[in-house]
Amino acid sequence: MPTIIVPFKQIVDIKEIKVDPSTQTPITVGIPRKISDVDKNALEEAIKIKEKHGGKIIAITVGPPEAKTALRETLAMGVDEAYLLSDPIFEGSDTLATARILAKTIEKLGEFDLIICGEMSLDGLAAQVGPRLAELLDVPQITYVRKVTVEGDKVIAEKDLEEEYEIVEAKMPVLLTVTREINEPRIPSLRDIMKASRKEIKTWTANDIGISKEDVGSEGSAVQILKVTVPKVERKGILVEAETVEEAAEEVVKMILKEGVLRR
Amino acid sequence: MSSNEFKGVMVFSENFEILLELLGKGRELADKLQVELSAVLMGHNIDEERGKDLIKHGADKVYIVDNPILEQFNAEPYADVLSKIASEYKPEIILIGATKRGKELAPRVATKLNTGCMTECTKLDIDEERRLVVTRLVYGGSSIATEYSRVKPQIATVSPHTFEKLAPEERKGEIVKFEVEVKEPRTKVVERKKKEIVGERLEEASVIVAGGRGIRSKEDFKLLEELAKVLNGQVGCTRPIAADYGWFTNWIGISGVKIKPKLYIAVGISGAIQHTAGIMDSKIIVAINKDEEAPIFKAADYGIVGDLYKIVPALTEAFKKLLK
Repeated sequence: MPTIIVPFKQIVDIKEIKVDPSTQTPITVGIPRKISDVDKNALEEAIKIKEKHGGKIIAITVGPPEAKTALRETLAMGVDEAYLLSDPIFEGSDTLATARILAKTIEKLGEFDLIICGEMSLDGLAAQVGPRLAELLDVPQITYVRKVTVEGDKVIAEKDLEEEYEIVEAKMPVLLTVTREINEPRIPSLRDIMKASRKEIKTWTANDIGISKEDVGSEGSAVQILKVTVPKVERKGILVEAETVEEAAEEVVKMILKEGVLRR
Repeated sequence: MSSNEFKGVMVFSENFEILLELLGKGRELADKLQVELSAVLMGHNIDEERGKDLIKHGADKVYIVDNPILEQFNAEPYADVLSKIASEYKPEIILIGATKRGKELAPRVATKLNTGCMTECTKLDIDEERRLVVTRLVYGGSSIATEYSRVKPQIATVSPHTFEKLAPEERKGEIVKFEVEVKEPRTKVVERKKKEIVGERLEEASVIVAGGRGIRSKEDFKLLEELAKVLNGQVGCTRPIAADYGWFTNWIGISGVKIKPKLYIAVGISGAIQHTAGIMDSKIIVAINKDEEAPIFKAADYGIVGDLYKIVPALTEAFKKLLK
């Protein structure tokens, strides 16, 4: 029966980001955070595998104490154990430092069969933590998985590449990153939520997982962000209205032709 | 280790065409730094002409690793070999093509080398401190981050079809056979299913008509094809149409293809940020949607609110009439 670990991330809701007009920078403070969408697919897939093969699912996340809410949500979905990795020194970790924290945590948790991550989070768009974690834990990876089956001690996964699908086999333990097409994440019932509210969420600090200050946070990170700006969208935004569809179409076509983009 | 020990620019992609593009950009960075530009070629029974080709396209040095295990891409052995070459020759910059394969390779290489990695960069330059400074999309593609790595080697994956390869010319260069033990990977590809290629390369199309969930069936894409035909354009789609329904090979957007046509016509596309981030380099954007509140209209120059099944044929007719 497989032990499945799902490391997930909480991100700001991209749609809620406002722009500071004086600096053209995104405002991300005070915006509600949620479990990264494709990480929910990772959680759902873990639950589906457990429903079929038994075993146990452990969800882990790095974040401030408030991140317990997200862990509570994963318990309601069907996760068995939830761990919060929380320490002020973790703040400012890039993918390198984050993967180190997760790897140390997983080493402390003991043996596992599967690690399931989302293909990438929408905020950072890095798609790095999964492969980095696989490297640190010395396990193989199958990325961009849109279908997976567990058979005995191996997994068979369908990997979605630009021009082809690869059917990939690996013996467990293995790390998978999944795409959002793999499933439709469940929404926990009120009863599940109530039950989850009584479950314990363990919090581990840097000390608990035995990681040192030099390896985490801004000190342990390689990538430095100089600035983040929101490009000004300079679109005309003209809505064409007319009596008939034909008239509207002609109107738009005339405007496009005036732009000169169709000239050879 | 002092960071001064690192010197040179190294490029790698499992895709030969993209490797040539990386040499184009890599040459510019190497010249700015006045260092050597090297390329890595992995595979089995590699034709030496390929190595010479890389030199013609800008490489000063080509490292060839020829091994049966490397015949097909696999992240584990490829990461192992690339990191070993990097440990031996210590480039200060490594550029890797940001294909899906490249993006699963680079973080493993970066982890082996204990350094950072910057994903899918669209601009790369050298600053006054000789650092590689890149820009890349973040927050679903709505924002642009400027970053650098304070640890070397500085690794970046580079957005495909963003930089041009150099015109080939006779140049001096050296081909080095890199001997290394290659370990068998622990994953095995048991089958490959080619996606049916629908449409041509969208990256290079000058007119694109794309459909989203407003289009009810695969057959209905014919309406878009007719419009595209009048404009000598290509047909594309959003992620659900390709990835969920499988009607197309690939999709337009931050996680698929980023396009830069002169004219983009979005049909029945609501305009989630993940999609609009992939179309922002279009010259003119036209949107057709039945929902007046759809975010696509904010990202468009011209819009028509209404039934696409009536508007698209009307547009086709209007172009036919007015393009004469």
